[in-house]
Amino acid sequence: MRRAVLRYTGAALLAAWVLFPMYLLTIGAFSVQSAIYHYPRDILPSLSWGTMRFFLDSQGVPTALGRSVIVAAITAAASAALGIPAGYALARYRFRGRDAYRVTIVSTRAFPVVVLSIPLAVFALQWGSYDTVWAVAFMHTALTLPFVVLISSSVLTAVPADLEEAAQVFGCSRPAAFARVTLPLAIPGLAAAGGFALLMSYNEVFAASVLTLERPTLPAFVLNALTSSPEPYKYAAAWLLMVPTFVFIFFIRRYILGVGRAR
Amino acid sequence: MADIVIRAVRKTFDRGRVTAVDSVDLTVADGELFVLLGPSGCGKTTLLRMIAGLEAADRGTIMIGDREVTTLPPRKRDLAMVFQNYAVFPHLTVEQNIAFGLRMKGDAGATEIKEKVRQAAELVDLGGLLGRRPAQLSGGQQQRVAVARALAVSPAVLLMDEPLSNLDALLRLKFRSDLKRIVHELGTTVIYVTHDQVEALSLADRMAVMREGRIVQAGPPLEVYDHPASTFVGGFLGSPPMNFLPVAIDGAVSPGPRSPDAACPDDGPRAMVGPRGDSFPAPEAMRGWCGRELLAGIRGENMDVLSERAPGAVAGKVLVVEPLGAQTLVTVASEDTEVKVLTAPGYTAPPGRDVWLRPAPDKVRWYDPDSGAELTSP
Amino acid sequence: MASVSAPASQRRPVTPSARPRARHRGWTPYLLLAPSVAFLAVFFIAPLVQGIELAFTSTSGQYGLATFHSMLNDPGFLSALTDTLIMLAIVLPVQLVLAMAMALLVSSRPKGSGFWLYVYMLPLGVSELTSGIVWYSVFTQQGWLNSILTSLGVIHAPVIWLSYSNSLLIIATIVVAEAWRSTSIIVIILVGGLDAIPREYLEAADVFYASPWRKFWHVTLPLLRPALRTALILRTVLAFEVFATVIALAGGSLSVLATKANNAYTQFQEPHLAAAYGVLIMALSVLATAIFLAGLPVREERLP
Repeated sequence: MRRAVLRYTGAALLAAWVLFPMYLLTIGAFSVQSAIYHYPRDILPSLSWGTMRFFLDSQGVPTALGRSVIVAAITAAASAALGIPAGYALARYRFRGRDAYRVTIVSTRAFPVVVLSIPLAVFALQWGSYDTVWAVAFMHTALTLPFVVLISSSVLTAVPADLEEAAQVFGCSRPAAFARVTLPLAIPGLAAAGGFALLMSYNEVFAASVLTLERPTLPAFVLNALTSSPEPYKYAAAWLLMVPTFVFIFFIRRYILGVGRAR
Repeated sequence: MADIVIRAVRKTFDRGRVTAVDSVDLTVADGELFVLLGPSGCGKTTLLRMIAGLEAADRGTIMIGDREVTTLPPRKRDLAMVFQNYAVFPHLTVEQNIAFGLRMKGDAGATEIKEKVRQAAELVDLGGLLGRRPAQLSGGQQQRVAVARALAVSPAVLLMDEPLSNLDALLRLKFRSDLKRIVHELGTTVIYVTHDQVEALSLADRMAVMREGRIVQAGPPLEVYDHPASTFVGGFLGSPPMNFLPVAIDGAVSPGPRSPDAACPDDGPRAMVGPRGDSFPAPEAMRGWCGRELLAGIRGENMDVLSERAPGAVAGKVLVVEPLGAQTLVTVASEDTEVKVLTAPGYTAPPGRDVWLRPAPDKVRWYDPDSGAELTSP
Repeated sequence: MASVSAPASQRRPVTPSARPRARHRGWTPYLLLAPSVAFLAVFFIAPLVQGIELAFTSTSGQYGLATFHSMLNDPGFLSALTDTLIMLAIVLPVQLVLAMAMALLVSSRPKGSGFWLYVYMLPLGVSELTSGIVWYSVFTQQGWLNSILTSLGVIHAPVIWLSYSNSLLIIATIVVAEAWRSTSIIVIILVGGLDAIPREYLEAADVFYASPWRKFWHVTLPLLRPALRTALILRTVLAFEVFATVIALAGGSLSVLATKANNAYTQFQEPHLAAAYGVLIMALSVLATAIFLAGLPVREERLP
């Protein structure tokens, strides 16, 4: 009994550590502007939409937001299209080079985005694709691909190969067996893999800031405006970057653990 | 060494929706090898885990020796356990595994631990493997490590959760006898959970059969085997399971109740099978059930298969004959009932052959067809 | 009901679904891998090679170490390097302890563990820019921390946490922001690792006299080693890349290697210098990875 109380207290304290700053940001983004500049600030201020409306009406914000969504969507689609077949191969086949591929894909994370995005920006300049959503989206795909491969491999491993083999015994071709048996069972997890890519892309700052100039994604836009913008504006921006992802995480929360399970 | 007393223990899962163990009372004597037997889902493992402290009882008390342990964590209950999947730590060597309990207990010095590990390992024939890791061991060797780890701590109570179920048939046979010898030598109180009735019969000093969270019968194994308290126990214990023939005591098998004062014949009550009037004698104690339809429980080895009509034998047709080596299993259709009979090894008969089955009268048990409970006298 | 047989993955003897599949000799797996390999070749290997090449050429196009020379001579270089390492050295253990606490709480499956896990996961959706802004709002002079401390009467005048002159204090705020934001990824990896430990091992420890602490130390931790190592490597690599948090909290008053790289490119249009910083960060990441790989060897045969 005492242990249970201790455990809940611990869990709640840790949750408070996560949630309280989010609460502070939220009231920062939704309190009347004068409350932000009042000192000491009140942690239960009167709320208003003013700050958020001011931010959303600012020049460049709606287009940057739209661009972020497009980039994230391309990233999710591309990394799913490239990563799921690879995840399937890892989950279902033993072949020469399997471990090498695994190690390579995992170790891509050891190469920082810093070292990749700068030459990519140089490339993009040469090819005339600098400052486009494509350059950013493909850079993000390269960053998210390993995670998509790992998650989808773990999702597909969880669908017993026996089911697929049974379908083949009963007359399905291998692709048909995949489409009719494995896919329906794996689709939520595979969607989650794409969702994870979406999430990472929506949040990514460095590559987005290096690869864009006039047409930044929202994080890059906010970063550029950081020093010159008033505080409520920053809070509204940060809030808008943060909250949509919570909905996403809610839907993919079960599958995110696949990142940890894949060895 | 200690006895175990369990009083009115209850455990539910899923917020009370599933009752795993339903007010169980059980006493296990000091030094006894006690087997809990039942089909999967009957609550035997849950009961064991409550004794171990791995599961908290909703209600009731558990005593080990003279200590009440109901709310104590496992480590304070002075017991050891052999797990179904062995749970031999993969990151430790055999020696470290066996020493684990002693180390954690922390009341023995290094040399003492070493000595106890050596003894435990020797007891289960692991002497040469102390330096290996579990990954280098076969399933049978891992199982012995699990047993040695449990024995090394000289526990007051040893709990075993289907320890042989992951071994192949041959090893199972060998370990069963080894295990029985070892625990009897040590005199430890053992509670052993299994769904394998042969294991239960061969190992137990006493056993309990569980069903749907309750103990339905407890006693020495042969007593339980000979006198199943219900059709469930008779059907679960024994291979083939006990046969249950619908019979009517005394006269015609006409449906519906007969007048209770219809007298049984003077030469003693008989169990009538089917409309043709085949019957076999019933004990005098059954006279009170005259006119009632009952189930006669007869074990396959307690019937003779005759090729001709005889007194006290019941007609049937052979369905299939299965030679088992030491015996032959004959399945016979008698009226609407399939009866399994064990007979001599050389027996053959084509399917469809008419045969007569003669039960040994003193081996027949009687059951209420509605409740399934054993009947003695009314 | 525990007498129902355990899932195949937890069972030691080989079960049908765990049987090793025969080595495949066809082309199918390679065809399945080909798109991702091709993509990574173009968008990963090529820029990587190009990045290294950029770093080892001077602005005039000569191969050599000239760019690295100018990087080393950059007045802010040394402090950027040391601040990065100090930040990393503090944040890593802090995060590990936090994440371990969260993961153990979640995997001990109290009621509502799904909710706790969701909460602990939430910062995954927080970009480092957002994190920087959140903690800026806390630590700025008129910010939440000073507001709350003043309201409680602990202080009478606002404390300047983000002081230009006290880089250790700024590093501390970066550590707080990083611990808040990026602990989730470790939590996820550790929860995955804890889930992979068959329950019976932990129960065996319970039965065999291990206290909760000794169970953690002697059973959980050794079996968690692969997950722990993955988490450490990933976190270290990601920590070298932190830059928006630093910009949001410190403005220009403190640099880490990643902000240096970003500035070199976006402000001074010096791709060579930026690439040199990138190569340095990469070298440090690879070094850290190698240290973790060697320091925490994982032997398959010692795992469940």
